[in-house]
Amino acid sequence: MRTPNEIVAEALTAIHGCADLHTLEQVKAVYLGKNGQLTELLKSLGGMPADERKTAGARINEAKQAVETALKDKREALQQAELDRQLAAETLDVTLPGRGLGQGGLHPVSKTLSRIQALFHSIGFTVATGPEIETDFYNFTALNIPEDHPARAMHDTFYLQSGELLRTHTSPVQVRYMQKHEPPLRIIAPGRVYRCDSDVTHTPMFHQVEGLWVDESVSFADLKGVLADFMRNFFERDDLPVRFRPSFFPFTEPSAEMDIGCVMCAGVGCRVCSHTGWLEVLGCGMVHPNVFRHVNIDTERFIGFAFGLGVERLAMLRYGVDDLRLFFENDLRFLKQFN
Amino acid sequence: MQFSEAWLRTLVNPALDTQALAHALTMAGLEVEALEPAAPAFSHVVVAEILSAEKHPDADRLRVCQVDVGEASPVTIVCGAPNAATGLKVPCARPGAKLPGIEIKVAKVRGVESFGMLCSTKELGLEGNADGLMVLADDAPVGEDFRSYLNLDDTLVTLKLTPNRADCLSLAGLAREVGAITGSEVRLPHIEPVAPTIDDSVAVSVQAPDACPRYLARTVRGIDAQAATPRWMAERLERSGIRPLLAPVDITNYVLLELGQPMHAFALSRLAGGIEVRMARPGETLELLNGQTAELAPDMLVIADANGPVALAGIMGGQPTSVEKFTVDVLLEAAFFAPAAIAGRARRLGLSTDSSHRFERGVDFAAVRQAMERATRLLIDICGGQPGPVVEVAAQLPRRDPIVLRLPRLARVAGIALDADQVARGFNALGAACERRDDTLVVTPPSFRFDLAIEEDLIEEAVRLHGYDAIPAQPPAAPSRMLPQDETRVADDALRQMLVGLDYQEVITYSFVDPAWEAALDATARPLSLANPLASQLSAMRTTLWGGLIETLRHNLNRQQERVRIFELGRVYASLDEQPMKLGGLAYGAVVPEQWGTASRRVDFFDVKGDLERLCGQALDARRGTHPALHPGQSAEIWADGRPAGWLGTLHPRLVQAYDLVSPPVLFELDARALVWRALPRHAGLSRFPQVRRDLAFVLDAHTPAGELVGALRAAAPQSVREIAVFDEYRGKGVPENQKSLAIRVVMQDTERTLTDQEVEDTVHKLVDAALRQCNAALRA
Repeated sequence: MRTPNEIVAEALTAIHGCADLHTLEQVKAVYLGKNGQLTELLKSLGGMPADERKTAGARINEAKQAVETALKDKREALQQAELDRQLAAETLDVTLPGRGLGQGGLHPVSKTLSRIQALFHSIGFTVATGPEIETDFYNFTALNIPEDHPARAMHDTFYLQSGELLRTHTSPVQVRYMQKHEPPLRIIAPGRVYRCDSDVTHTPMFHQVEGLWVDESVSFADLKGVLADFMRNFFERDDLPVRFRPSFFPFTEPSAEMDIGCVMCAGVGCRVCSHTGWLEVLGCGMVHPNVFRHVNIDTERFIGFAFGLGVERLAMLRYGVDDLRLFFENDLRFLKQFN
Repeated sequence: MQFSEAWLRTLVNPALDTQALAHALTMAGLEVEALEPAAPAFSHVVVAEILSAEKHPDADRLRVCQVDVGEASPVTIVCGAPNAATGLKVPCARPGAKLPGIEIKVAKVRGVESFGMLCSTKELGLEGNADGLMVLADDAPVGEDFRSYLNLDDTLVTLKLTPNRADCLSLAGLAREVGAITGSEVRLPHIEPVAPTIDDSVAVSVQAPDACPRYLARTVRGIDAQAATPRWMAERLERSGIRPLLAPVDITNYVLLELGQPMHAFALSRLAGGIEVRMARPGETLELLNGQTAELAPDMLVIADANGPVALAGIMGGQPTSVEKFTVDVLLEAAFFAPAAIAGRARRLGLSTDSSHRFERGVDFAAVRQAMERATRLLIDICGGQPGPVVEVAAQLPRRDPIVLRLPRLARVAGIALDADQVARGFNALGAACERRDDTLVVTPPSFRFDLAIEEDLIEEAVRLHGYDAIPAQPPAAPSRMLPQDETRVADDALRQMLVGLDYQEVITYSFVDPAWEAALDATARPLSLANPLASQLSAMRTTLWGGLIETLRHNLNRQQERVRIFELGRVYASLDEQPMKLGGLAYGAVVPEQWGTASRRVDFFDVKGDLERLCGQALDARRGTHPALHPGQSAEIWADGRPAGWLGTLHPRLVQAYDLVSPPVLFELDARALVWRALPRHAGLSRFPQVRRDLAFVLDAHTPAGELVGALRAAAPQSVREIAVFDEYRGKGVPENQKSLAIRVVMQDTERTLTDQEVEDTVHKLVDAALRQCNAALRA
């Protein structure tokens, strides 16, 4: 009969030679199974004298332990190797692109409108809207622009065959809103406007945002404060220079044009600002009493200011777009640059 | 309005350089649009006289000139100009002169030493082309610096004037304004009446005194119309953008520029009888100075003689009575025409003249006679002649009532208190009488201001003269009240963002479209038409967003964009009262961008329907319907809140072909208002009991919509049924022809207890029974 050491030596060799878990289990059976060699040795202990049995038993158990340990180590090694193989096999090329839908996006004019609305909303302005097909009354008369007034020549108006017109500015919304709401009020009115003009710097349709604040104590100083605040926040430039120049609009008085320091050249002078260092960005003023009279607002009690700004102009300056017409060609290669 | 800075400075000369003056004007509301030097920079050019011009010994085309440059002895200059001749006065660049692009040195020209260059206008940069030396007037002082001789150190200033400031449409008006802004002294030309030397006069009858409250006429006989316009006058006209023509005309133009009073000179011999100022009569026409024959309307004011209109009052004179070279006797006209009588008429005739521009905005009615005297004086000085007396007809002139400016009101509007004395001084400088009474200033506007009538007008002037920049910009104080936020309404921005998340790109297309698009999409559409479109392709107000979306698709397909998913949120137009906001979209090409590991297929109806379901946050109430632009078998009318809210479908094959598309785009257009309402979420509790799922396959007629079967099942379902949904549709083997199989998932769950098998079976039985009775749908064996 072979000694336990001989069996262990043989078992360790066999275990070492195992390439997979199945073979390893077979090897285990050969030595530790019901009829395994070490099991058989244990069984043979019964026929031994008591004094030998103890030492022999101890030796066999040691041998058994040695084999079990070897089996366990081998099993773990094989399992690890198996996992490593699986992981290796499942490895992805993570540099391949992801799958699914593409990325849509907002039109840059929409983005700009949202930004303008959000900034004004943050100081309490709500959004009002009005029709784009308008009447002469709302577009002109109620805004203190009578028939044959030279100011009408400044508005190249599209007329419908039915006699109505396409609003030339968002200012009619002021009138419509004030007809229905009592002061105090604070609104902006974004939307499409139309002028019969088309060249490199004009499109027949564009967007404006009208603003109106009417209350008992609103002043020209407030107007300047709000608009300077807006421009600096819109361009995220606390040091943006702004200036207000006297101007003329029939529906405001005093009226002003607002300029900002050129954001393209930082005021040094470039093509965009016609080498003046300033950009005209907005018209504004204190609401003319004739406008208030048309909507029955007490001109002694209430004062208001209004402004109108060109959205495309701000979008061009903000995003560095150098051709107005791009906004309405809707070339996806252009639009996707803003996504 | 363009003018010469040097001319202005003869009237008011503030201690400001050109740039500072321009800035002051701009900040006072007279926006300087352009500053342009009268001549490019050059130096060392003097007035010279050619004393002799001999042929160059070695060159046929060159001449050797002896030139007097105002020094002790003449200098020799070789010159190639064809017109170089003895006795001519010409500009001469001396050695060391720097001309645009060239520096003059003493040089040998074909062996002859030349001490300078005789110049053409081109060489001096004054004009683009020249065919010889610039010839100066015979009296040009030899040796004088050429720049100072022609006042070339001048700047042409272009103002962009607002329509309320007609008073600044003259040098005198500008001078007054500059005086008020800068505090400088203003020296306007002194005008003395010219005593008549003859008695001749023309009778004037004003039949429209409201339109013409003041009319002055004066006969001047025996003039020489061909007399040379003095150089100073020609120069000022040219620098104001007016070409000198003929002395009498130049003089009236000069007075218009200097004083702002448009004038006219008639050839007296061409007038028949007296002058009538009246409204045009029906059918009258007038051949105008520009050659155009105007059809006169009854609201147009005319100057007429016995034979009919001779001038369109305040706009343009007539050709037949205009002053010409051989005119000897003239009738000068200076009038005040009411702005309302002139406004809009010129525009209607396609005209805009210096005269109409001023009369429409308002001319100083108190200075008409001054202008007449000024013009008479200039005419006699330049062209000679004998003046007759001034005939004047006057009626009710515009009123200039005092206006009360309340100083507290001024402070309230401005936001700061302005110094009353300073404000009063400002009004005085503007020519307005101003008197302080307690807390008010009583201001009487001058005759040349047509924009000062109410208190606000004065407030604007006060703030303007104070300087807009001197008003502090203050953050306004407002009550900190929050704005309402309606949670059941989806904002437009949120709708846009949802579509962006669904891989749609927003576009903005024109509201006016080609009427052909409208007709192609719906032959019954009757879009509103623009009366004055920019082009016929931009003449119809859209009634659908699809025209613009399809055009955008085509535009991009032409630029190699194969996959186009776009949307627009904008109005369509039916009438003044109906301009609903619509959300339109288009999907074309691959359902997902081309990518690895995913089979490519084209987007279809159900892909877009799914997008809309996600957009609306619920199953879409889509009903079969036909729309002329859509495939009749692949179109659905979308309903919301019991009303039709729009359309979804694939483009009609007829249009796919017409637009030359490879495959049909899927289109949708929904009423944006129908999309914005969302119920406020309300927690319904969670069941702790297991749910049971039963899958039922029904066989039914192929034409029965799935929605009908689902509807019937839902109507029959007891409360324990949580969900009934189609998860498969099958036609083909195993299903009879003209039939289809629909697999329906039924999920049941009770909130109170576990459902028993019997209850589940009872429910299934009820559903199967309803399917059979209402949709003739049998449970598939």
